[in-house]
Amino acid sequence: MTADINRKKAEIQTLDLAAVLRGRVQDVYGPGTEIDGLVRLSGGASRETWSFDALLPDGKRKPLILKRDPLNEIRDGNTDGQPGGANVLLGVDRWTEGRLMQLAGEVGVPVPEVPFFLDADDRTSAGFVMQRLDGEALGRRILREDAYAQARPKLAFQCGEAAARFHDIPIDRLPELPSLTATEALDYHQDVIDAFKQPHAGFEYGIHWLRERLELAGDRLTLVHGDFRNGNLLVDGAGLRGVLDWELGQLGNPISDLGWICIRAWRYGYYDKPVGGFGEVADLLDGYEAAGGGRVPLERLRFWEAFGCLRWGVVCMIMAFTHIDGRERSLEKVSIGRRAVEGEYDLLQLVD
Amino acid sequence: MPTDRPTAAELVEAVREFLTDHVAPNVEGQLAFHTRVAVNALAIVERTMAQGGAMDDAELARLRELLGQDGDLGEMNGALARAIRSGAMDNDRAAVLEHLRLTAEDKIALANPRYLTPRG
Repeated sequence: MTADINRKKAEIQTLDLAAVLRGRVQDVYGPGTEIDGLVRLSGGASRETWSFDALLPDGKRKPLILKRDPLNEIRDGNTDGQPGGANVLLGVDRWTEGRLMQLAGEVGVPVPEVPFFLDADDRTSAGFVMQRLDGEALGRRILREDAYAQARPKLAFQCGEAAARFHDIPIDRLPELPSLTATEALDYHQDVIDAFKQPHAGFEYGIHWLRERLELAGDRLTLVHGDFRNGNLLVDGAGLRGVLDWELGQLGNPISDLGWICIRAWRYGYYDKPVGGFGEVADLLDGYEAAGGGRVPLERLRFWEAFGCLRWGVVCMIMAFTHIDGRERSLEKVSIGRRAVEGEYDLLQLVD
Repeated sequence: MPTDRPTAAELVEAVREFLTDHVAPNVEGQLAFHTRVAVNALAIVERTMAQGGAMDDAELARLRELLGQDGDLGEMNGALARAIRSGAMDNDRAAVLEHLRLTAEDKIALANPRYLTPRG
């Protein structure tokens, strides 16, 4: 397809989306509401995000973000609108993701408000709309820039509090979610590695070590965020402003979220701060306990940090094999495959 | 592999320098990001060509010692992975872990040598 046709197609898709959003903001905020400044922020192969304002009849402005599935997927009749029809890899559908954010907000987790959802139709894929908050979500900037110097020492405690709160949401209030116990999660990662037909002694050692210590994992099964880390946290000068990207939400072991935020991949070089490159383990666990999550034994955190290293390595391999198998040829994805050894190296430092 | 110059390593180096000196300064946004990714990938290839052979030899020697058998690197790693999973190496944990840590250190040195140094 020529660039011209692509551009024309993108214009039509934007007009279609604007029409859908205008209708929805009028449903939600009243007749006469308009939309302004609709612009696409990112468009990976997996999700699209758009920024726009709702202009209310009284002149007030609501800054908003739309997150929706990629259009080509619905056009191919693929993955739209299947509530709970998700796996741990692809994540949940957009309605479920938005619903998780609403539930988290109700129990006091800092999250953007989610005022409405979009159904998939012939003009748009399924999506949800959230408040556009001020703040920074890029991990490196949060760690480096002076604007966040006052926020950084507070973040580990605040992350612990936030996690304790969303881990405590009663399961019967949650939408349908994929579910993995610690044993199932280990089996799952081992199966993924086996499917690559590339025997991996380092990760095998880690899996063996974890299997021998499953009693350390704990047996709570709760909502877990699934990607709770520096990079999915919105931060302003005062501290944690929002926990973002709930698309890997699932039922799992709650301490998996705390182990994940501690792995080195999210420290962006600030290795002396184990929690996200900004904080201390003691603060994370203090915040978790203060918000009612109980005192997490260090051995349990170590188990889940080791598991997180394994998971990071497997995620890197999955990306590489997406390219190698030819599903999506991508220099970026295949290069990330070489980062699997970072997870392996760190895993082998944690085990004995 | 031909030994005539330019060697394969010299060609890869030339491509990396071309990307760094002539492409990177003239692109922006996603293309600039992907150019950096390409430069990093070529640097991995260069380090592997320079150091990979010696690392493979050392790894294979350690595997022979651990497993008491011979084979190529792929076969030996497969054998070690199976032995770890079955529990057959449980009595040699310290030796296995030492081997795996040395191997991972070598792989990091090829993939991302800066990983071990804090940027702080």
